[in-house]
Amino acid sequence: MDWNVEAGLKYTKKHEWVKWEEGDDTALVGISDYAQDKLGSIVFVEFPDPDTEVKAGDSVAVIESVKAVADTYSPVEGTIVAVNEVLLDQPELLNEDPYGDGWMVKIQLAPGQDFSGLMDVEEYKAHIIKEEEA
Amino acid sequence: MSEPTKTPFYERHLEHKGKMVDYSGWNLPVQFEGIIAEVLQTRRQAALFDVSHMGEVLVKGKGALAFLQRVLTNNIAALQDNRIMYSPLCYPDGGTVDDILVYRYDEASYLLVVNAGNAGKDYEWFKENLSGEAELENISPQTAQLALQGPKSAAILKAVTGAPVEGLRYYHFLPRAEVAGVDCIVSRTGYTGEDGFELYCRNEDALKLWDGLWEAGKPHGLAPVGLGARDVLRLEAGLPLYGHELSTELSPLEAGLGRFVSFAKETAFIGREALMRKKEEGLKKKLAGIEMLGRGIPREGYPVKTGEGEIGWVSSGTYSPTLDKSVAMVFLDPREAVAGKEVSVVIRKKEYPAKVVKIPFYRRG
Repeated sequence: MDWNVEAGLKYTKKHEWVKWEEGDDTALVGISDYAQDKLGSIVFVEFPDPDTEVKAGDSVAVIESVKAVADTYSPVEGTIVAVNEVLLDQPELLNEDPYGDGWMVKIQLAPGQDFSGLMDVEEYKAHIIKEEEA
Repeated sequence: MSEPTKTPFYERHLEHKGKMVDYSGWNLPVQFEGIIAEVLQTRRQAALFDVSHMGEVLVKGKGALAFLQRVLTNNIAALQDNRIMYSPLCYPDGGTVDDILVYRYDEASYLLVVNAGNAGKDYEWFKENLSGEAELENISPQTAQLALQGPKSAAILKAVTGAPVEGLRYYHFLPRAEVAGVDCIVSRTGYTGEDGFELYCRNEDALKLWDGLWEAGKPHGLAPVGLGARDVLRLEAGLPLYGHELSTELSPLEAGLGRFVSFAKETAFIGREALMRKKEEGLKKKLAGIEMLGRGIPREGYPVKTGEGEIGWVSSGTYSPTLDKSVAMVFLDPREAVAGKEVSVVIRKKEYPAKVVKIPFYRRG
């Protein structure tokens, strides 16, 4: 596979990742290496206002690359408690380090969160292969 | 849809890890290292583009000039041997068929270079309007084309040819030059706003030409560059692209290409009456440039507004890596197309501030 799928994260079909560990009441959200590669050179990121409440599937950021514009959707339900403001000035971090310095938002999870609809590493790899074949 | 056509350079694109896409029926790289890096590479060093998708048509015969004068809007009679002229071609209603380059070998022999997406349609249009002693030959299928662009391109080309390429002037060409051991047409032309050359050769010689240029280019930092950066480069340089600034609905006059429409030439070219009428009545829209004052990228189709309402739309827009701001070509109500005027672009239902500026956005120093 040409793309890095970071271990220990959960993934969505639209190529977001969630970093959450058992017992945490917050989760970090970003986009996968595959997503940043497909978008190409990223030049702007926009976030909603802080304290915005989101449901799974709501937009938590807009990413503009030279060639395309894409929404990032929340994989979980909760409240945005932090956004990665560094990306406002250094959007290229999304291309360079999508699982690290390129994290996007931190979400305070709504109670009773269910992660079963998200993919693990192996499932997500299979999903990428399927998309590439399509 | 049938499989897109591979150019002779296909395997080189894969070796350089090009991301291949189907563009107008051709399998071409949209990017290699990344669009931003490739744009800056072209402006600072040198870039090699596979432009084999462009169409090439030979026009020959005693009636060649008369034919070109009739189908093209520019005054081809003013073109001298071994020189090149840009010209739109129009339908009778003034809508644009295509915009092309005309290479003149002599009065009875020309090479036309047409857009890939229009190649089939153009050839039919030429055939339909052919009269007198002129013959057409479509040599696209056997012709490969490379564009070597950027400030280092002359130094690179000089290293692989004895032909006088350094002294070749802009929009002049050498009908036959040996480059890297390959028989080529070499012209000082391009679609990037940089110095550079375009080279045409036979398909069977194409890889030898690429490899020769590649070796010669290594010390000068030559890199392969894809279609994505090519589009950004042409936009920064304010060059129109058919399907965006020109179309069956958009005439060369609206696109600001009036200087390539010769109302003065003796031949009544196709579309002359309609274009004359447009000119006399006054244009309803006009191509202008805008730059964004902050964030947001204006993209094709986005509306342009002032406080009073909508005044036009974006025909091509991008983030410009060279200028580090976003720019766009826009069609505006001519009364609003005044440099310095503050406007806004509607991006995802929100208005972002911009101002009208002159085209081109970038001019090489």
